Amino acid sequence: MGLDFTVVPGYLDIILLGVVWTIAITLGAAILSFFGGIFFAVIALYGPWFVRLPFRAFEWLFMGTPLLLQLFLIYFGLVQIGIDLPAFVAGVIGLGLHFAVYNSELIQTAIIAVDRGQMEAARTLGLSRGQALRKVVVPQAVRDVIPPIGNNMIALLKDSALVSVIGVSELTLSAQRAIGNTYRPFEFYVVAAAFYYVINLGMEWVLRRIERRVQAAR
Amino acid sequence: MDIDLMMRVYPFFLKAAWVTVQLSIYTAILGLACGALGASMRLSRLAVLRFLGAAYVSVFRGTPALIQLFILYFGGPQIGIQLNAFEAGVIGLGVNIGAYMTETIRGSIIAIDKGQREAARTLGLSGWQAMRKVILPQAARLMIRPLGVNINALIKGTALVAAISVVELTYTAQRYIGSTYKPFEMFLLSGVLYMIIIYGTGQAIKWLDRRARIV
Amino acid sequence: MTDDQTPFLDIRNAQKSYGDLEVLKDISLQVQRGQIVAIIGPSGSGKSTLLRAINDLDPLTGGEVWLEDMQINKKLPHRQYEKHINQVRQNIGMVFQHFNLFPHLSVRGNVTLAPKMLKGLSDAECDKLAEEQLDKVGMLDRIDYYPSQLSGGQKQRVAIARALAMKPKVMLFDEATSALDPELVEEVNLVMKKLAEEHMTMVIVTHEMGFAEAVCDRVLFMDQGVVVEEGPPSKMFRNPDNERTQNFLKKHLANANR
Ligand SMILES: Nc1ncnc2c1ncn2[C@@H]1O[C@H](COP(=O)(O)OP(=O)(O)O)[C@@H](O)[C@H]1O
Ligand SMILES: [Mg+2]
Repeated sequence: MGLDFTVVPGYLDIILLGVVWTIAITLGAAILSFFGGIFFAVIALYGPWFVRLPFRAFEWLFMGTPLLLQLFLIYFGLVQIGIDLPAFVAGVIGLGLHFAVYNSELIQTAIIAVDRGQMEAARTLGLSRGQALRKVVVPQAVRDVIPPIGNNMIALLKDSALVSVIGVSELTLSAQRAIGNTYRPFEFYVVAAAFYYVINLGMEWVLRRIERRVQAAR
Repeated sequence: MDIDLMMRVYPFFLKAAWVTVQLSIYTAILGLACGALGASMRLSRLAVLRFLGAAYVSVFRGTPALIQLFILYFGGPQIGIQLNAFEAGVIGLGVNIGAYMTETIRGSIIAIDKGQREAARTLGLSGWQAMRKVILPQAARLMIRPLGVNINALIKGTALVAAISVVELTYTAQRYIGSTYKPFEMFLLSGVLYMIIIYGTGQAIKWLDRRARIV
Repeated sequence: MTDDQTPFLDIRNAQKSYGDLEVLKDISLQVQRGQIVAIIGPSGSGKSTLLRAINDLDPLTGGEVWLEDMQINKKLPHRQYEKHINQVRQNIGMVFQHFNLFPHLSVRGNVTLAPKMLKGLSDAECDKLAEEQLDKVGMLDRIDYYPSQLSGGQKQRVAIARALAMKPKVMLFDEATSALDPELVEEVNLVMKKLAEEHMTMVIVTHEMGFAEAVCDRVLFMDQGVVVEEGPPSKMFRNPDNERTQNFLKKHLANANR
């Protein structure tokens, strides 16, 4: 059986819908992982011990195990405790939490690296610790880690393919649907790869622009 | 938490963990080979090779590893490549991680190259001699840690072969979740095993790094 | 109302230890409203620690600090204390050796951050306030610059404007010109002189003896955690009684002339 790409156009609508869902899930998870990362970082550094310790364990577990395994846990685990989320939502949560932990690592390091004088200056003006963190320390830390967080977001896009295994109809699963009808895996997976590649380029372009803008504000 | 169940099934998880270890080892070896080849292409004097190296990195880092694996395993037969799931897993993941390792190795070589090459050349060493005797030994030390990061990612990445039914840790966890409806217990069992593998590898890499620094 | 006899800022028997190291040994200092006090002394003598105790940045281990009729370092449950101290600090401006401007905010953002958050001023009011204060320190034309685009002297002037924007009752300066290139010192000194003419109450830790003599009403010489000697600048700089003061000034002059 040779290759025959002429079957592809007939399934382009399914594939394009998959592209849309892939972008949606990537955006959703990226936003969750960004704000989740900030939240986790603040908790990990400043939370009371009874929050900090369980969080450290959670962080450790999430950094030391595969994303795919975590997706299974979240998807089936939530069902187990009676929460039946749509696959898309479970996918966003799973991907978002996974990368939030990685972002949190970066942000924690950056927060620690912010000069102590910044907190002091803010406190001297009468800001509370929380206000100083929110307005002075955390914004600087986040700005410092925009490039590595961007790399995490790129990784997130590619890992979004994994949510196909819990039934999210994104690009990979769309390709699989088309393959189910045509028995042409090579053609459709290559097409899917091409779309991922293009989305990836687009994302890198956007991230570079953001980085440049952040740099300019220094 | 169902400890009884965990005690009953853990031998299967142990067996699966051994498969994950084997997958990781073969993948790491193939990945390092691809990385070394990729890096030498990217640093080559020939524009064609440089282009091919760059294309390799761009394509394999620009698309999901899962899709690459599927193309190889499910699409391979269409172009005359017949592999069993384990072989496809090793080759697919190895070539994929090789693209990341290419950049790691290249980065370390460039970091050393700057001042050292000139110094070596003024002594009369040829370009290749300078690379072999002066730059590579230093770059090798520099790249241990970042390669360790690649290997850490690779171990977690072996979970992908669950999607082509290789009976490794994640596949086993998934199957037992399906049959026992105990996701937390199964996650914990496999998670602990993953962390042991990753921790052990991490220690080995730290040891290597320390040794390389003393020499 | 306070008459001129009751102190405005009152430090009573301040004591501070880090473990076994006693950094402040029973120091008392009264500052009247509008008075300008300079603290001089060798490095490590406890000047910064004393200054930072005033707004409780480094809490004392013994003694009391009062501003008007309010004790600054009073013992309160954590929550209440935080509320109290944040309120107090709004009345005490502080300027650091290394400026500590917020690099992610523009000059305007630096000056308006606290007023906006703590005094609930509108954007328009904030802008007016920022312009006023920046004009006073001669930095109005740089209002939309970022700290990284400013020289050290300019940064320090913005830092002063930032502190002034809270309308503090007291200003604390911790070696405000020590990190500056010599040619930039004067522009900051001029701003501080201007504040002196407006009768701002100030406590100034400094190594600039000429400046201290010209501007201050009183000079304290500290060494090893105690106030060795204090008096009007004319006496302190021309004929101090204490031998340690004499030695310090002699050494300092020798260094300054090198
Ligand atoms: N956080 C701290 N822990 C321990 N010792 C400190 C700390 N801060 C200051 N010290 C010590 O307190 C003494 C006084 O310091 P400081 O007030 O900064 O002196 P100055 O400002 O006069 O140079 C020094 O001996 C210094 O080492
Ligand atoms: Mg000091």
